[in-house]
Amino acid sequence: MSGGLRRFGEKPVREVPVGSANPDALFDTGLEYSAPARGTWNIVHTGMLIPEAHEIFVCAQGCLRGVVLTAAEMGAEKRFSTVAIRENNVTDGDLEELLIEGVTDILEKLDPTPPAVLVYTSCIHHFMGADLDHMYRVLRERFPDVAFTDCYMNPIMRKSGLTPDQLMRRQLYSLLEKRPAHPKKVLVAGNDFACDADGDLSSLLWASGFELCELQKTRTFEEYLTLAEASFCVTNQPAAIPAGQMLHDRFGMTHLHLPLSFDYGEIRANYERLCRALGIPVPDFRERIEACEAALSHAKHTIGDAPVEIDYTAFSRPLSLARMLLDHGFRVERVYLDGVSGEERGDFDVLAEQYPDLLLSPTVHPVMRVAGREREEKTLAVGQKAAYFAGTPYFVNLVENGGFTGFDAVTGIASLMEEAWLKEKDTRSLIGIKGMGCGACL
Amino acid sequence: MSLKQTARIISTYAGDTSGVASALFELGGMTVMHDASGCNSTYNTHDEPRWYDTDSLVFISALTETEAILGDDGKLIGDCARAAEELHPRFVAVAGTPIPMMTGVDFDAVAVEIEARTGIPSFGFATDGMHSYVRGAGMAFDALARRMVREPVGKKSGFSLDVNLIGLTPLDFSVYGAPDSMKNALGKRGIGVRSSWAMGSRLDELEDAANASVSLAVSGSGLAAARTLYDRFGIPYVAATPCGERWNDRIADAVRQAAKTGVSKILPSLPTVRETRRLVLGEGLTAASLASALTFETGSAWSALSAVEPDDDLFAAGILSAIDEDDIAPYLADCEIVIADPLYKPIVPENVRFVPLPHEGFSGRLFRHDIPNLTEDLTPFRKDFAL
Repeated sequence: MSGGLRRFGEKPVREVPVGSANPDALFDTGLEYSAPARGTWNIVHTGMLIPEAHEIFVCAQGCLRGVVLTAAEMGAEKRFSTVAIRENNVTDGDLEELLIEGVTDILEKLDPTPPAVLVYTSCIHHFMGADLDHMYRVLRERFPDVAFTDCYMNPIMRKSGLTPDQLMRRQLYSLLEKRPAHPKKVLVAGNDFACDADGDLSSLLWASGFELCELQKTRTFEEYLTLAEASFCVTNQPAAIPAGQMLHDRFGMTHLHLPLSFDYGEIRANYERLCRALGIPVPDFRERIEACEAALSHAKHTIGDAPVEIDYTAFSRPLSLARMLLDHGFRVERVYLDGVSGEERGDFDVLAEQYPDLLLSPTVHPVMRVAGREREEKTLAVGQKAAYFAGTPYFVNLVENGGFTGFDAVTGIASLMEEAWLKEKDTRSLIGIKGMGCGACL
Repeated sequence: MSLKQTARIISTYAGDTSGVASALFELGGMTVMHDASGCNSTYNTHDEPRWYDTDSLVFISALTETEAILGDDGKLIGDCARAAEELHPRFVAVAGTPIPMMTGVDFDAVAVEIEARTGIPSFGFATDGMHSYVRGAGMAFDALARRMVREPVGKKSGFSLDVNLIGLTPLDFSVYGAPDSMKNALGKRGIGVRSSWAMGSRLDELEDAANASVSLAVSGSGLAAARTLYDRFGIPYVAATPCGERWNDRIADAVRQAAKTGVSKILPSLPTVRETRRLVLGEGLTAASLASALTFETGSAWSALSAVEPDDDLFAAGILSAIDEDDIAPYLADCEIVIADPLYKPIVPENVRFVPLPHEGFSGRLFRHDIPNLTEDLTPFRKDFAL
């Protein structure tokens, strides 16, 4: 069944116990609300990961507004330009000319000329049938020393094929060129954050003589190009899978999708797959699991029976996290998510059977605008949206998996929950910062 | 070449869709941006400082490719009606974005359908994200003036002379308390405020606006509604932003004169920048008012350049207009001093003195805490920058 309307205090709220939820349609859909939690990255932040690259967005003024101020807030306005589409461009059908001449004008003014340019087209180009191939061909002829790639700000396509987020993560690697493969290089692709240097994956690769390559560690465009030397490519989140597939198709990298998980069995299975592919022995993870258990036990001792609320922006596997915490005695009351991803169906089924009273709550449903944001007890939140909806200053301020990859996600979240429980934060200020970790100027 | 429409480094003004939402934010309605995604986060992050504290109903329709191609306006109407029936807004407003413009959505018809389904007054705004917030907010205020303002009943306000302040949004006045400052400034001069469109007033107060003596359009977005109130009820208007003691005296005189004669007036009257070499750059009417105020207070003439499409009537005030980076730059090169948002600084020549005056409609929240309240007194600002 879809979630029904009920009251929390005096205000309506949509939520449904997982035991009676339909994972294919958790809530009724329609108008959408946007909570003021801004820590997740957008396509501007992600594109800026390519060193020395310049971003040029070509779209309507209203759409440019959000991205140009994203760049300004991260202090990257010198790496960002815009071309505004006006009504006459739509009626005259001169989108190709506008883009070509606009980008040309900008590049002629930039000193030095950037080695790479990310040109973002929009929904309008898609609906007008603009000839993207022609535009890029002309630009490459005019600027043969510049590497151009096509990026997209076309949210209207979010339910038709690849989403803008998936496309962006894939296009991050589109400027790479074929190089001789290095058998000991592993590229972790499609994450916003670099892997934790002390995390399981980093340690495992280092101990086995492999080099962990990541976009975040490159400082020049030339360094960026060396990412193509990797023989293996690892992705951790669903939105990065198209990037891994593209790296496999173009460069022959062996792509392993090892989804972030909080289940020991799944984490171990991921590492077994990786080790088999790399041809290295599977480590004994008993010590790591013991460390996880100790960290969780310590956190439970500190947090006790306090209510916990989790949202999907912190980790790509919120249900896996909820399940792990419930299994370890934490009182998880609510998970905020608007849908159940394929990777989470197993966790959903287990939760529905073993913890049927766990509440699932939407984040974009209109009633969430007026949902009660007070709790009777001191509440711990994991994620910015959970913190906002729960109205709590005790929250784990983390987005997009935060660089965790394996058992370190378990020990990491246990430690962060404990820290969050003991020290309150300024929720309003922290969650308003766009693109957490991008160096906001605010 | 005018086709370029490029900005190498400067920002972009808030779009018309945001302008609609900003104008209506405090009035208890429900505003729906007919958009796929993006408008909502842009609006509530960069254009709406009241978002965190005020549970105003602003949503997106979450338009999909399929709905756009099939012209499925029924889904939009149904979703709006369902949400309205649950959340009970005072009115419903639906505003467009680029794709609905391209597919030719008839927003007036959409509003009629929503109103027929819900019985709630509904408005459609054919915005398309290709114009500035000034136009969108202007459309919203004008719609209220046309539809929601009731016939006058001679209700007294405590002042023999009172005004409707029209054109107040955080995009031009942030959240530093401009409505209260304007009330103070006018009150000191014997003029009351009947309604404040639309910061600091409830919808009921706007509905009583026809009882006011004069309308005071305080930004470009207030002009269309001021004209409509004149057309509907014969209420004359003055166009000027309160800004410093001496300029406010002029505004008060103009309001009294308008009340007496019934004749409207665009108050600023400025020379061109080539004559003054001192320029205020920003939204047309607020920039022209600051330029006028500085002219009166400093004894040196100032000019104003509107970097958003100005209302045609403002050209009578002598303001200049340039929208694109390439078109603005030559004006800046002619100046000895420029007052503008800090995000304009990269295109101001080094030999031109630059005075930063953050403008939420341009730089969003980046410099919000540095925005001065110039309404009642220009002295601190003048002192800070030796003007």
